[in-house]
Amino acid sequence: MKLQAVSIFVDDQQKALDFYGGVLGFQTAADVPMGEHRWLTVVSPEDPTGTQISLEPKDHPAVVPFTDALAADGIPFCVFGVEDIHAECERLTGLGVVFTQQPTDMGPVTVAVLDDTVGNLVQLAQYTGA
Amino acid sequence: MADVFKAISDETRRAILDELIERDEQTLFELCSRLAMRHAVTSSRQAVSQHLDVLEAAGLVRREKRGRYTFHTIDTRPLAQIAERWPITEAPQ
Repeated sequence: MKLQAVSIFVDDQQKALDFYGGVLGFQTAADVPMGEHRWLTVVSPEDPTGTQISLEPKDHPAVVPFTDALAADGIPFCVFGVEDIHAECERLTGLGVVFTQQPTDMGPVTVAVLDDTVGNLVQLAQYTGA
Repeated sequence: MADVFKAISDETRRAILDELIERDEQTLFELCSRLAMRHAVTSSRQAVSQHLDVLEAAGLVRREKRGRYTFHTIDTRPLAQIAERWPITEAPQ
């Protein structure tokens, strides 16, 4: 068994694709019409056969209170690994991405938290092994 | 003014102020991470939030909602009353 796909609940699927694809740099892995919504997944170009992220609509009534409460306290929904967190934050800030937490040294890892524009916070992490 | 002395009597609350002096405007998530990694504070998120309630009541921390997020800001002005009540002794000549 392997980890094939994980879900992120998003306010709007197209806006999510614009951000995860156009800004963060993931590539579309699946885009299948499913009635009102799409089965829409993205994957890292560094690992095209790796775990996909499903950009899920917030259809269920429990989702909005859940994602809003996490965001209010600054809690990221998932973690993306990067090679150079300072360079990545600089690049993304230049593209207009909003950070709720600038790069912070947390011992073996340096982390930052950004707003994905569709209702979630995402953590970037660079393992420094210190 | 609520009790500043009570607010700073607790080690975790002093650590929160230390972290906010180093970087102002933090989310609860960032504060909890910093307390765990740098101060070995294992308090729950809820416990840290209650410490922030005490600091806020003393006027030492403000919660500011910006968009979807709440940031915590330090305000050290209430600490001035300590030196006003007990002025700093001048060094002997």
